[in-house]
Amino acid sequence: MNPIVEASHLTKRYRTVTAVDDVTFTIDANKVYGLLGRNGAGKTTLMSLLTAQDFASDGEIRVFGQSPVENAKVLQNVSFIRESQRYPEDFKAKHVLKSAPWFFPNWDADFAERLVDEFRLPTNRTIKKLSRGQLSAVGVIVGLASRAPLTFFDEPYLGLDAVARQLFYDRLLADIAEHPRTVILSTHLIDEVSDLLEHVLLIDGGRLIVDSDAESLRGSATTVVGMRSTVDEFVADREILHRDGLGGLASVTVGRLSPEDRAAATAAGLEIAPVSLQDLVVRLTNASSKEFQAS
Amino acid sequence: MDEGRPIFQQIAEQIENDIIAGVLAEDQQIPSTNEFAAFLRINPATAAKGVNLLVDAGILYKKRGIGMFVAPGAKDRLVAERRERFSAQFVTPLLQEAAKLGIAPAEIAAMIRQGGTR
Repeated sequence: MNPIVEASHLTKRYRTVTAVDDVTFTIDANKVYGLLGRNGAGKTTLMSLLTAQDFASDGEIRVFGQSPVENAKVLQNVSFIRESQRYPEDFKAKHVLKSAPWFFPNWDADFAERLVDEFRLPTNRTIKKLSRGQLSAVGVIVGLASRAPLTFFDEPYLGLDAVARQLFYDRLLADIAEHPRTVILSTHLIDEVSDLLEHVLLIDGGRLIVDSDAESLRGSATTVVGMRSTVDEFVADREILHRDGLGGLASVTVGRLSPEDRAAATAAGLEIAPVSLQDLVVRLTNASSKEFQAS
Repeated sequence: MDEGRPIFQQIAEQIENDIIAGVLAEDQQIPSTNEFAAFLRINPATAAKGVNLLVDAGILYKKRGIGMFVAPGAKDRLVAERRERFSAQFVTPLLQEAAKLGIAPAEIAAMIRQGGTR
């Protein structure tokens, strides 16, 4: 498959911090990516670089094979829904929806109208006066209806209630099934989206620490629970991601277990529990920050 | 969805279960991958991967431009496969747990005859 985004040794330095630190990856066409990481990990900076809203200090970016900087041909195929999008003073949602087709050649006005109904967005109110959730709905609607071949959603759900978030996921799934495109979803609500993602990019401290397809991440870690001595014996020569204990009990998260490993653990009386993507991210980002402190 | 296993495998298993239960009859069309994706709230590509697993195994067949159908004989084949796995999947763990609790095989047999109730 041809990558539509290629980033190599991408780096963004601000005066004292390196927000994106020597990151190299590619993004394939027509897949849903999760861009995960803690607050301040560099997710928004990375997306700003890819959409040419900010300039790299070092490294190279190719989007649809070209540099995105000041490149209308590339940028009209890119939709970036920011968590805190600014709109012109006195703009109403209807103005946003009316001007969107100027920027997005694939804009579907009917689809946008349906979404406005479903999200119950008041289009005739100035954006300043919208609630946080309604403001997020504007972004979600623009992101979906623009049908850009490369769409970024940066925490699009702030203030959206559970019903509206589910509506967003459902419409996103249905629409990419009919109009395949690449979606990059930056989110903290990992449990909610883990079944939608095909590929996961996890960044921590500006560095890319996981670049893997979602299916192989599932089951890439396992928690083993049981008597401390038995658990310790079982995990002795394995890499330990996380350790917890209560009295004589221990709960240790290790890497992938083979069917034989599982059988051995069960035979030894240990319980085996899968680790969700969310837990895995929590453990990986904790572990790497500890390593960081140690070095 | 179960966290520990690949989603596409679970999709394939659900379709298999429906074939075994007779919900999906032979030569009947199954829902499209997009319908599966929307219903189960998973990525359409993942749903397609699960369906293709069964196409490769000959459980489903493809009619170009129409969709996926249950292959003739699919139910018998699946039942035979599941029967083969039954012992390893259900009886072995049962015996392991029973051994842990000191329940003798004869007692287990009695429980089974009573239909599991005590």
